Amino acid sequence: MYTREEIKQKAEKALDKKAAIGPDVDLNQFATSFVPHEYLSDEGMLALPEEEKQRLLLSGVDVTEKERGGTYIQMDTTVVHCKTKQEGIEVIPIKKALEEHPWVREYYWKLVAPDADKYTAAAEMNLHDGYVIRALPGTKSIYPIQACLYIGKEGLQQNVHNIIIAEEDSELHIITGCSTSPHLKKGAHVGISEFYVKKNAKLSFTMIHNWAEDMMVRPRSVGQVEEGGLFLNNYICMKPVKSLQMYPTTHLIGDNAVARFYSVIVGSPGSEYDVGGRIYLKKPGTRAEIVARSITNGATIINRGDLIGEVPDIKAHLECRGLLLKGGVMHAIPELRGLADGVEMSHEAAVGKIAQDEIFYLMSRGLSEDEATSTIVRGFLSLDIPGLPAQLKAEIDKAIELSKDVM
Amino acid sequence: MLLIEDLQVELAEKTILKHIDLEIKPGETHALFGPNGSGKTSLLMTIMGYPQYKVTGGKIVFKGVDVTHSPINERAELGIGMSYQRPPTINGLKTRQMVEICSKDKKVNVEALAEAVNFNSFLERDINAGFSGGEIKRSELLQLMAQRADLMLFDEPESGVDMENMVLVGETIAELLQKECRSTPTKSMAQVRRERTKMGLIITHTGYILDYVPVDKAQLLYNGVLSCSSNPREILNCIGEMGYEECVRCTLEKR
Repeated sequence: MYTREEIKQKAEKALDKKAAIGPDVDLNQFATSFVPHEYLSDEGMLALPEEEKQRLLLSGVDVTEKERGGTYIQMDTTVVHCKTKQEGIEVIPIKKALEEHPWVREYYWKLVAPDADKYTAAAEMNLHDGYVIRALPGTKSIYPIQACLYIGKEGLQQNVHNIIIAEEDSELHIITGCSTSPHLKKGAHVGISEFYVKKNAKLSFTMIHNWAEDMMVRPRSVGQVEEGGLFLNNYICMKPVKSLQMYPTTHLIGDNAVARFYSVIVGSPGSEYDVGGRIYLKKPGTRAEIVARSITNGATIINRGDLIGEVPDIKAHLECRGLLLKGGVMHAIPELRGLADGVEMSHEAAVGKIAQDEIFYLMSRGLSEDEATSTIVRGFLSLDIPGLPAQLKAEIDKAIELSKDVM
Repeated sequence: MLLIEDLQVELAEKTILKHIDLEIKPGETHALFGPNGSGKTSLLMTIMGYPQYKVTGGKIVFKGVDVTHSPINERAELGIGMSYQRPPTINGLKTRQMVEICSKDKKVNVEALAEAVNFNSFLERDINAGFSGGEIKRSELLQLMAQRADLMLFDEPESGVDMENMVLVGETIAELLQKECRSTPTKSMAQVRRERTKMGLIITHTGYILDYVPVDKAQLLYNGVLSCSSNPREILNCIGEMGYEECVRCTLEKR
């Protein structure tokens, strides 16, 4: 473990280090100075302008907090609402946590390297805030915790660091939205996330992105799952972005640990997405699954997937399907690496258009061609995610339904 | 009524149906025989309106409306429905949703309909995904039941169906085509029969389906030509005894 000072030094050296993949972003064009916002009481949240509430709702954040176990909302650089409603589940702003709770140091920059690239470096050198969400041993979250990172200030680069911990035998569900003000044009989001799923714990993390057309987005996240743990990672992005690049990685370090990554991306014209998932299977009995569904309407989408089987008796599967509806580029890069005898790994990737025979089949049941097309697209995007609470499934369906206009 | 006159059809610039004349009156069901590749499925697909089957001559009139060049969905709305032999899988579309699509504005009880073809356990599965031959047939019938079409086109309804399900499939088709009608206190059997409106066209190789569905007439398609139109049993016996070889002569005679 590094001291805070050592971490700083490492980060400082990497401030100009380009990322391994994805277009390089000139971070000098963005401002990083603090933007003060007043803390919102429960009433204050309800009094937000309707437009902003709708925008939050699109990202799964409900300001009424009905059916939510806790909330973290950060506007620009400042925490404006933070609370937990369930005993055994902690929601703490990371800056406060680093000051007041020494245990957080055990998790801070332990999975993600501060000098990985200029974005991780920026998040360390100029940390705005972020959340620590933890389920104590044996605690089962009744309602999901909601978290939102919101950008309202034009030209801001938001630097956040999140730590999520599901202690032994706990069950934690988080829905997190990243969003911008409806009027925002240009900005950047740098987000570090570290996930710890301990023995026999279950963590579901559902992320819904609603960016603006000129946003640069560089999330950096790594997770680890211990014996018998389950990590369910869902990602939904239906709105335009200038450039989004991320390659979340998970290490299955205990026997029978399981990780499942699901993603749904609908790419708008001019947007560039380079997304993927990488899972290391390091212990016998571990299982990994990556399922990606993407549609381009004129966007460039690179869909990566990388499964690494290091020991025998592991199972991993990757499924990547892309539809080109109105131009654009769809680039599927599925990779499998088996490093031991007795691994069982497979992938299927398909890139194409909607099959005519499916359209005709539905037309012969009375749908018009347009209705048939949108029915097929909706089916394509609807994922069956085993283990996801029905309520979160409903949130995902809602996000997809509300974003129909982009299809 | 379905009326086909002098229909000529091309697929990939090759003529596959020649001078087809066919008339199915309300209440009538016809069987369609013919060797592999004779054009049976093409005829069904052309009636349904699949655009790759290009009509180069003649016309198709249904319920007095010339549908020769209508899109598929307009024909479906007019009351033409089809039971496919190998329908495509649509990922993410549940069988239940498909049945609801078929029923459109009509209120149907999906569970009750599914119960009739023993298909309840498939309602939450993606339509046709990993369905066996028999399951596809039951799914197609379920959709037709919800659709309540007036002209139903069946593409080999008995293929891939085991003996046990054959009874179910056969009786369901008979029901759909109003072949299992009963007299009522106010209506005599003759009157019920007279008032039948449903029409059917069934492709069959084996004729097994005829044990359950009494058909009024059989057509034989050979090399794109309807060479024979007669009593179904007579045609089946003829094929059984002489094979399709004999159809060559009959086709020549027809010219």
